[in-house]
Amino acid sequence: MSARDNILRRLRAAPQGPLPSPPDVRGVQAALAADRPASTRAERIALFCEKMAFWRGEVVRVTSSDWPQKLRELCIAKGVRSLLYGEQGAHAAMLRTAGIVGLKPYRRPVEEWKAELFGDTDAGFTATRGAIAETGTLIVWPDADEPRLLSLVPPIHFALLDAGRIHDTLSQAIDEQDWRSQMPTNALLISGPSKTADIQVTLAYGAHGPKELVILLLVNEEELP
Amino acid sequence: MSAPALHELQFVPASEFKRRSATAVDDAHLRQSFRGAMDFLIGKRAAQFPDPAALERQRALAEQIRQYSLARLPDLLEQLERTLTDNGVNVHWAENAEDANRIIIDIAQRHATRLMVKGKSMVSEEVELNHALAAVGIEALESDMGEYIVQLDGEKPSHIIMPAIHKTKQQIARLFADKVPGVAYTESVDELIGIGRAVLREKFMSAEIGLSGVNFAVAETGTLCLVENEGNGRMCTTVPDVHIAITGIEKVVEKLEHVPPLFGLLTRSATGQAITTYFNLITGPRRPGEKDGPREMHLVLVDNGRTQAYRDQQLRSTLQCIRCGACMNHCPVYTRIGGHAYGTTYPGPIGEIVSPHMLGLNATHVLPTASTLCGACGEVCPVKIPIPELLVRLRVEGQHDAHPGRPPLRGQGAAKSALVDAVWAGWAALYTRPALYRAFGWLATRFRALTPSQQAGWTFSRTPMKPAARTLHEMMAARRRR
Ligand code: SF4
Repeated sequence: MSARDNILRRLRAAPQGPLPSPPDVRGVQAALAADRPASTRAERIALFCEKMAFWRGEVVRVTSSDWPQKLRELCIAKGVRSLLYGEQGAHAAMLRTAGIVGLKPYRRPVEEWKAELFGDTDAGFTATRGAIAETGTLIVWPDADEPRLLSLVPPIHFALLDAGRIHDTLSQAIDEQDWRSQMPTNALLISGPSKTADIQVTLAYGAHGPKELVILLLVNEEELP
Repeated sequence: MSAPALHELQFVPASEFKRRSATAVDDAHLRQSFRGAMDFLIGKRAAQFPDPAALERQRALAEQIRQYSLARLPDLLEQLERTLTDNGVNVHWAENAEDANRIIIDIAQRHATRLMVKGKSMVSEEVELNHALAAVGIEALESDMGEYIVQLDGEKPSHIIMPAIHKTKQQIARLFADKVPGVAYTESVDELIGIGRAVLREKFMSAEIGLSGVNFAVAETGTLCLVENEGNGRMCTTVPDVHIAITGIEKVVEKLEHVPPLFGLLTRSATGQAITTYFNLITGPRRPGEKDGPREMHLVLVDNGRTQAYRDQQLRSTLQCIRCGACMNHCPVYTRIGGHAYGTTYPGPIGEIVSPHMLGLNATHVLPTASTLCGACGEVCPVKIPIPELLVRLRVEGQHDAHPGRPPLRGQGAAKSALVDAVWAGWAALYTRPALYRAFGWLATRFRALTPSQQAGWTFSRTPMKPAARTLHEMMAARRRR
């Protein structure tokens, strides 16, 4: 008998009480939120910004026309000499119009240029699939064009977020975006730059991942500060 | 080539528990480290749950999710195996630590591995993987900052969430200056973390295999979820060509929608964070056209005593655990003696109820006694494990033969002592025979002057017990005569 068979046999031989009813996650969460009115777009934006600031994420409000220029200014201000991006992405063409110096596409499999990725890349740019207001969290789904390490290895991560895609909670994001039927190789929730409190519970940023997380929040003209 | 036998001695023998506790209690630095850190974590957790009624509903939901998942465990494991296999993940089953290590060593040797980088995984500690890998010449490097520090100093974690909590920054500064080539002594936490970052980034690039634990495994989608702040978990699961995940068989849930309630309670209970920096959901190896991520992925499902807990309706609740560490943060015993005194991979209340299944009561029967039964652990547990009841149950199992009709636990009755049994038998004889009882009472009161002044453990911190001049029966009879 294999280990698998033995383990399953032991589990099946265990006495079972009546099967507990399936957990009603949505029901309980609806009940918990019952005393709060449905949130407005402005409230979701405000809550997301507040929570993201708590995680030390920097939020910059931009519009669909000026974001590449804003990104260019940020790159200059932060001394970014090379910005990694996905060249097929929905925003790639726009990005290229801004004249950002050191723009480089993530074109080859990582094995072929690991040392350069780790040693000589100042920042990475990715789109996002949305965000979660309750916790100040970005939803990032890497793909062939915007690979997983784009949001991890470079010391600065720039993320473009459409303010219309901020959900109240993680449960709602999973439901409304129908994650179940289309899970990518890697789905990520990101709340701030990488950090650790492993030395004497003292918080330090830039543990293994980015030291800075900058969110370009796409809003309407009238929502600009 | 087969794996070396598990070195049980790596687990500090639990019989030494009392001596180690005494040493720990005498160490003022250690006590300060733990007291300070635990108070900090207790405060941060409390701030996350301002509304007790809402917390109760969330705990009830989390408990129900875990109990439902456990009730369907064999089915869910088979479903998970199917979905993962469809996603291109190789699923392995390990009955014990030796199995798990052999499976991992086989994979490593197939890839001519010299270096394996590890994200935080308590199950890999539980099976003593690093030790087994070292025995076949493979270096296993911990990449969680706390784990890295502890490993650099040749120690084991003292807390399941904050492995290096027992160390001061001065100690870590000295350690880095001594052990990391080319590093000067610095007490700046930012600089120390920077040193760790630089060393480990080199290793992520060169390691052939990355190993991680699993916080939740989702059966319906074949997804492995990892909770972390640092990003080392993402590195280990993305940069090397092969990713091996290792987990206990109890970590599976049926649906993706079951994850958020557990995740939300896990981070809030553990470190008082509403969410961690990263929540990493992995649903298979690199797909065609993708440019990074491992090209090969494995999941090792480990039993190692969990099925023993599973077969008993009461003890099964042990497996509801989501390893948040809140029970240890709130435990008055843990806070005073620290994690190393327990001598087991999992310290504190959770360790006391889970270790007996992994290591047998013969090695661990003293652990369930390391509790005041104050109930704090059960009260904060986000999945409502009745820890104090389980502690009492395991004490009973340690002292007695198995209940008729129940299969014995491993090491059942290991704490039985002939002397204690004889004392209780004598006590029972005395209390069931009135004549004998009266004779004993008469003798004990008349010869009270002969009571020894040293009474084993009792007089260690109390005045000696001495019978009264007359028994209560005699005094009552005298009063009635008056
Ligand atoms: S027993 Fe409960 S409190 Fe302790 S680690 Fe497990 S889930 Fe957390």
